[in-house]
Amino acid sequence: MSDKKKDAFSADVALEAYWEAARGGRLLLKNCGACGKTHYYPRPLCPFCMSSDTQWLEASGEGTIYSWSVERRGTPPYAIAFVALPEGPTLLTNIVDCDFDALAIGQKVKLGFETRDDLPVPVFRPA
Amino acid sequence: MTRAVNFQAVVSFGLNSTRTEFPTMSIKGKAYIAGIYEHPTRKAEGIPIAQLHAEVAKGALQDAGLGLRDVDAYFCAGDAPGLGGLSMADYLGLDVRHTDTTETGGSSYIVHVNHAAQAIAAGKCKVALITLAGKPRTGGAPPGRPPMAVQPPDLPFEMPFKPTVLNIYAMVARRHMHDHGTTAEQLAWIKVAASQHAQHNPHAMLREVVTVEDVINSPVVADPLHRLDCCVVSDGGGAVVVVAPEIAAQLQRPKVRVMGAGEAIKHMAGGQVDLSYSAGRWSAAAAFAEAGITPGDIKYASLYDSFTITVLMQIEDIGFCARGQGGRFVADGGLISGVGRLPFNTDGGGLCNNHPGNRGGMTKILEAVRQLRGEAHPAVQVKNCDLALAHGTGGYLGTRHGSGTLIMERA
Repeated sequence: MSDKKKDAFSADVALEAYWEAARGGRLLLKNCGACGKTHYYPRPLCPFCMSSDTQWLEASGEGTIYSWSVERRGTPPYAIAFVALPEGPTLLTNIVDCDFDALAIGQKVKLGFETRDDLPVPVFRPA
Repeated sequence: MTRAVNFQAVVSFGLNSTRTEFPTMSIKGKAYIAGIYEHPTRKAEGIPIAQLHAEVAKGALQDAGLGLRDVDAYFCAGDAPGLGGLSMADYLGLDVRHTDTTETGGSSYIVHVNHAAQAIAAGKCKVALITLAGKPRTGGAPPGRPPMAVQPPDLPFEMPFKPTVLNIYAMVARRHMHDHGTTAEQLAWIKVAASQHAQHNPHAMLREVVTVEDVINSPVVADPLHRLDCCVVSDGGGAVVVVAPEIAAQLQRPKVRVMGAGEAIKHMAGGQVDLSYSAGRWSAAAAFAEAGITPGDIKYASLYDSFTITVLMQIEDIGFCARGQGGRFVADGGLISGVGRLPFNTDGGGLCNNHPGNRGGMTKILEAVRQLRGEAHPAVQVKNCDLALAHGTGGYLGTRHGSGTLIMERA
């Protein structure tokens, strides 16, 4: 990722707490004080009701695979997935340290972090 | 430092609670498709994208029996170079009083016909030109990713995980298999049907008829999709001319009447991801309500076929069959013209013919118009084809996409 792109992320003050938590291995979601719903990726204005009363909510780290695919043409191949969190949101992520042939919808996975292009990003591995 | 505007309460009146509400204003019968053209090239070495746009524009106007000075509205999407409509109006020498560069990915051109019909119905223009061109094989924008001047807000939360058009659509297929027992063999039948049609199209990139075994024995590219579940990558383009009824009445070509159209966007919904349906559920319902017909009335359907799973999802969302029944619907030649229950993509579609600029919406309109005119290849022409549908899914089926549905009638 180019320096210009990274600068754009770090210049977003609304995401400062998110990246700081991620560097510490914690995944932050956003919960709305007005409508009560939790969303991800995080936004200052709630995408359900547009309230700006949105607060950080730390994810438990648990998750369930909602769907998955293995990009066989990747070098090396990699597993991409939608993982459903018990807090509500489903997020796009990678399943790492896994047997591709054992992946399944409904499989329990747990949160970890990997650094990609200097960004700490949430990934999941089999629980 | 600026703070976000502090909305404490944003009132919603629930005006959008029924997405299929029939508008009091309608485009039904208020616009006609008068001209079409498909660029014969599949590999445009040395030809810039702007020139391809010009060649398809000329072709469609000639087909309609109209000229450059008749055009008073221009539509294009993200495949157009430079400042889109501005750069292309300059290059083409257009003098227009209406322009629209709505971008919903590959479905844009179907949406453009809707918007052109709306503008014509409102008296804003009489002759609307819509063009598409692209050359992912020989240079230009990388596949599916028009350069964006401003990065999308989802980028740091998705791009690190290397989503591709392939693996995002593959996850929709995986989920459908899990929920409904859909099989790779059933998906393969969609490619088989396309190849049965493509054998009659001299311009098609893949003219060889394939079998279910050929598809499932081709390499897995992103589980559960195989290489032959994917569309071709091709250069080329196409154009459509949409005109007011009084213009259509003066033209010689067979007339195709716009009966109804719908468009909708589906996205990640703040993380409430549901891969079991597409925005086509809403766009198709709006189009059928406007046209006053039902899916059972459709004699031919052009269905967006970036991948086999795209076709299957749309068949359910449009209402050709019940949710979860798509696999059974397409199996055993269900989509083959002359033998199947729903003839689709009789030009070979994106799966076998072409997918110019990685955007299949334009070619979907073109083959539907050929069918309504009775000008499809005789081997695939649908008998008494009086009502046809063109449907597109642009963007990424599993994350964010724009659906467009267009219903047309032989006039």
